[in-house]
Amino acid sequence: MKPIQIKTTADDHRIAKLAAFAIALHMVEAVIPSPLPGVKPGIANIVTLYVLYQYGYNTAAWVSILRVFASSLLLGQFLSPTFVLSLSGAMFSLGILWLAFKLPKKYFGPVSLSILAAFAHIAGQLIMVRLWLIPHAGVAYLVPFFALAALFFGLVNGLITSRLLANDWRKIANNE
Amino acid sequence: MLVLNFLRYPKRLINELLIGDWLIIILSLVGIFYLFQSLWTNEHAARVQISVGNKIYATYSLNQQRDIHLHGKLGDAVISISQGKARFSQSPCNTQYCVHQGWLSHAGQVAICLPNQISLELLGERKLYDSLNY
Repeated sequence: MKPIQIKTTADDHRIAKLAAFAIALHMVEAVIPSPLPGVKPGIANIVTLYVLYQYGYNTAAWVSILRVFASSLLLGQFLSPTFVLSLSGAMFSLGILWLAFKLPKKYFGPVSLSILAAFAHIAGQLIMVRLWLIPHAGVAYLVPFFALAALFFGLVNGLITSRLLANDWRKIANNE
Repeated sequence: MLVLNFLRYPKRLINELLIGDWLIIILSLVGIFYLFQSLWTNEHAARVQISVGNKIYATYSLNQQRDIHLHGKLGDAVISISQGKARFSQSPCNTQYCVHQGWLSHAGQVAICLPNQISLELLGERKLYDSLNY
């Protein structure tokens, strides 16, 4: 019997490597206790954003979706509500990132994208919660809290990303 | 680490952000403030609407002292209105959930006695929800 061989390209390897980074950050985050269920720093999104700037939108989308699937498998949440929320959040934020990446780079940096993505993430999750898990108007009471958390963590993640990118560009400039 | 660094040198934070970033931060803050304002206002109710079965029985002002005697599916219930609040004070049902819910005073609050098919809903200046489904 011949072993099945899948031809992989350099792109696939890069995506796998970057997704592994994102998964690792997701795992770290899973250990951190959260004061309110659903409020998480979302540090794995730093990787998505960094990849978006370095390798373009398609790679970022791959990394983000792979991260959602692989992390849920590792945490034993695959196809559970947590997974569905994670996926819908990732989908929404990828949608927003696609639009936001077209904004003029001169005025809108990684921080803008990070904040917008964080809002989209929580919006995607809350819509899912409202439609499927808790079909009750009371969910609306949570919206301001989640939005505030999204702004804060979006800002912090954006600053980290912009610092990472700045370091990279400095290296490129110095031919390192 | 990075966050601490930014706290120590706030000027760096300002340099890091572009004008569009500031725009988005400010707009988000305004938006969040508006969300808190619109979703968290506990408007005091002005009236109470009582439904028996699937019909609206009557709407009373909360600005009065009054006991309303109603005839539900199981028997007689009493709803009390006092000082801008309303409650079920007597109900023939077994569980007495409606009575234990106590005084309600904010617009949008509801007390429902399913066995006896009587419910009351507090109304404000504007309606908080179009409808509630259980």
